[in-house]
Order: sequence, then C-alpha cells, then structure tokens
Amino acid sequence: MDVTIKKNLQKTACKVRMGVIEGTFNAKSGHPGGSLSIADTLTYLYFAKMNIDPENPEMEDRDRLVLSKGHTAPALYAVLAQKGFFSEDELKTLRHPGAMLQGHPCIHTPGIDMSSGSLGQGISAACGMALAGKLDSKAYKVYTILGDGEIEEGQVWEAAMFAAHYGLDNLVAVVDNNGLQIDGPVTEVCSPEPITDKFEAFGWHVITMDAHDFDDIERAFDEAEKISGKPVAIIQKSIKGKGVSFMENQVSWHGKAPVQEEYDQAMAELNKQLQELEG
Amino acid sequence: MSDVIKKATRESYGETIRELAEEYKDLVVLDADLAAATKTGIFKKAYPDRFFDCGIAEANMMGVAAGLAACGKIPFASTFAMFAAGRAYEIVRNSIGYPHLNVKIGATHAGISVGEDGATHQCNEDIALMRTIPGMTIINPCDDVEARAAVKAALDYVGPVYMRFGRLAVPVINDRETYKFQLGKGVVMKDGSDVTIVATGLMVNEALEAAKALEAEGISARVVNIHTIKPLDKELICRCAKETGVIVTAEEHSVIGGLGSAVAEAVTECCPVPVIKVGVNDEYGYSGPAVELLKRFGLSAENIAEKAKEAVKLKY
Repeated sequence: MDVTIKKNLQKTACKVRMGVIEGTFNAKSGHPGGSLSIADTLTYLYFAKMNIDPENPEMEDRDRLVLSKGHTAPALYAVLAQKGFFSEDELKTLRHPGAMLQGHPCIHTPGIDMSSGSLGQGISAACGMALAGKLDSKAYKVYTILGDGEIEEGQVWEAAMFAAHYGLDNLVAVVDNNGLQIDGPVTEVCSPEPITDKFEAFGWHVITMDAHDFDDIERAFDEAEKISGKPVAIIQKSIKGKGVSFMENQVSWHGKAPVQEEYDQAMAELNKQLQELEG
Repeated sequence: MSDVIKKATRESYGETIRELAEEYKDLVVLDADLAAATKTGIFKKAYPDRFFDCGIAEANMMGVAAGLAACGKIPFASTFAMFAAGRAYEIVRNSIGYPHLNVKIGATHAGISVGEDGATHQCNEDIALMRTIPGMTIINPCDDVEARAAVKAALDYVGPVYMRFGRLAVPVINDRETYKFQLGKGVVMKDGSDVTIVATGLMVNEALEAAKALEAEGISARVVNIHTIKPLDKELICRCAKETGVIVTAEEHSVIGGLGSAVAEAVTECCPVPVIKVGVNDEYGYSGPAVELLKRFGLSAENIAEKAKEAVKLKY
C-alpha cells in the first residue's frame, strides 16, 4: 500500500477510535472493546474500498455493509461521521433519548444499510442483499462484519449454507476474531473454533487477516474480490480494545463505558498516536 | 341445490403469486423446504429463477427476505405459520418489522385445521405474536376469493404484511365478480340487530351458518368479516358494539391475543359491551381429521350460535 494512503488511513482510524471513546463516554454505556477491534477494517472499507457517497447515502449501486455485530455501532458511527454522512457532534448524543444514533444500527440513519444488533441476523440480511445484486446483475459488493462470539448463533450457519449454495461471491463476511465475548474467552464460553475450518466446510473461500495492519487488510480484501463462485469469509485476528492500552485484551471492556479519568487517559493516548502519525 | 365449491386458501396464495409475477417484476419467492405444501411450488414451476429455497432454515429465510426488500425486491417468504410466526418471531420483529421492510410473509397451515400432524404444527398463536410487532399488517382471508384479493392488496401495500392461510379446503362464500378487498376494512356479511358475530378466516362461513340458525330461533345476528386483523377496523367494531350491544368473536386461533382480544381491546375504549370469544382455549391441539378437530374445539356454527344465545342473555 502507498505510504501516504496508509498514513492517512491510520490517522483516520485513530480519529475513529476517538469517536468510539467520545460516543461511549457520553452515552455512559456501550461497547468500546469490540468497536476498537474493528476500527481499522471499517476505516479501510469506507475510505479505501467501498463505492459509497455521503451525499447520496441511498445510491442504488452502492456497496453495502451490514454490521451484524451491531453492538459495535460506535465504530461504524464514527467512520460515517468521519466520512461526512453526518456531523461528528452526533457522536456525543449516542444512545441519548430522541437522538439519531441508536444503541444498535438503525436503517433510518444515513449510511446505515440495515438495522442490526440482534446477533446472527445481519449476515442473513447481507445474503438477501447479495442475492438481490445477483438478480439485478449489479456490480455492488455486500460486506458484513460478525463477532467471533456471534457465530455461536445457529442462524449464522443457516446463512453460511445459503450463501454458498447460491454462490454469493459478491458477499464478504468478516469475522472479528478478538477471542473475547461477554462471559470470557470464546474458547472457554462455548468455542466456535476452528472458525476457518467451519467456513471452509460450509463452502466458503476463507482468508485470514491481521486486523490492525493496513497492508494486510488491503491484501485480504483484494483477494476477496478475485474469488468467484463462492462467498468469502475473512477471519480477522484482532485485539479487543485496540489502541487504548488499558482496554486491550480485557474482556471487562466488552460492554462498559469509560468514566471521566478513563476517558481522559484514552483520549490522551489516542491524541499521542495521532500526533506521532502527523509528526 | 348447487354444490359448494371448496378450496384451501394456501392454493389461492400459490396461484395468485404466480399470476401476479408477470406484472410485478420485483416479486420473488422464498420457501423453507415446504413449497409443495405452502403451494409456492406453483410459482416455482413458472418462475424457477425467482424462487429460492432456503432449506429448513426459517430464521435465515426471514433475514434473507429482509435483505432482498432492502434492495427493492418484494419477497414473499413462505412456510407454515408455526415456523413463520413462531420460530422466526424475533427475526421477523428485528430484521423485518423494526426497519419496516417490504416483506410479505405467506404463512400457511395456520390453526387447528392442520389436522393429523398434531399439536407441534397447529399454530394457534401466530396472530397474537404478529399483533405485537409495531407496523405489522395481518390479513386472515376467509375463502379463495378473499385470499386472492388479499395477496394483491398486500403486494400493492408498501410495508411488512403477515398473511395467514389454511391447509383445509373451505367453502367459497364471496362472489368472484363483485368482491372488493379494502385493507383494514371489515365487511358486514349479514345485517342483524341482537348480536354481532365478528369472525375471521374459515370461521366467517361458520358465523354465517350460525346466523342462519339463530334467525330460525328469532335472534337477529349481524356477521362481520374481519380479514385485516391489524390494523383493525375499530370504527366498524365500535359501531357494532353500540348498535347490537354484545359481540361474539370467532377465530381459528387461541382466545388469547387474537381477533377476540383485539376486538375486546377496541370496545373497552369506545363502547364496553360483553365480548364472548369462540376460539381455541388455553390448550394444545392433537392429531385428527381437520373437520373433526374444528368441531371438537368448538370452532363450529353450532358453538357460535350457542355462545351468541348466551351473549344475548347478558344484555338483559
């Protein structure tokens, strides 16, 4: 990847992480851990990959993204705000009564392609969107992001069967493999592993990816684009809480908001990262 | 005496989606390995490229329907009522209802008249479940003529619709030439002044039979057909409450949460009169021939007439 492009993506991702902290801090609730683990992937998709237009969020031929792990909406909202779908100020009203930004994605928010968050459902909707694209001979791609805990839902595997059966090669499902879910490590709660083998057995083309390395992210999505005849699963190895030292790999940061001191520290760390990138 | 023509509304459904497919290019059909039974197989035969079998995976089917609708398609997602409203309830709520997507759910084999398959497949709760979803339209047609018109109306309406069809062949009681379907509007099938029988689905015919029997006993019963259970024609229901003073409801569904509940909820707000419910009581069904089960569970003209007589007594 071009060095300048990469640096810009890193800077944007850093701002997205700040948006996640800003949103969850002001909401006094939410899910920072899993939001931070997908910040780089979302940044890449919306700033380097997807055919989208913030001025025309309903554009018919746009690429679509369904955030199946909808609880990590703060990351998606922060990306959409960075991209200009709505003002960054909206992030401060996340989860507030009457605010636009709901706790989980709602289709009526500009840039949100599907309501989601009840786990296991987003991938099915993504399958429907991909099927519609095939029926209409459209070139658009459909991306969906799932949690590694989320894939414990049976519906995910119903959808996996469906996507392979109908050869939905315009569908890319990213599994955010940060290894942690609410009750603990996924391997201890009710293990979904081996994840790659499972998707392969279901007839998908599987790619593994480092979720925090833009060169590798680009490689993975470029490879996904070349696959025909079958859907693609990208299993991304990620760090829950990535970018904020005290949140990294801590299951306790799955679903709680930072208090003032934690907010200050997180923002200071992210500001420092941003300054280093800009320096 | 002319022979009564009978037809199952699931067949009306299958035939109508096939007939409308030519005009409505965005119409697509999903099924969950029950195409032969839900009658979407009729569509599949004519339009194989617009039919998608999801296998025995109703949750995913509803989600796929949502995604198709989000991209401008008009998906008809079909399976038995037990799985459409029961198993897939939460997907219907969150992936179809909440985003208010243009998905048409064709739920067949509703109610006790599933017959021999027994309790696991006799869904007497679907209306109750679907009624709780904000913005969901629920249609329960009474015969072939109404079912065909209902499918067309559902297609022309933009938003989620739950259509309820039966397995059992039922008498065609509406006139094919003159029938007009208005979504959300009840139909006075027979006028009367002593009691109103509000019926839906295959119970409309039973209600008409009951009204005839009551007439012979000097009781004037009005019969109202509620094909659209949600949004309910509250205006008509309240007018009937005022004019006849007592209501009997009749449905092939649990007495909890269905038409009877909806009618009772409406009249308590506008004109509180007794509402006697004929339906499946708080119990499971069992195996047996459909016609016999309907009788055993009191889903008959005789029972409606009996309840109407009791209802009339409550007025004095």
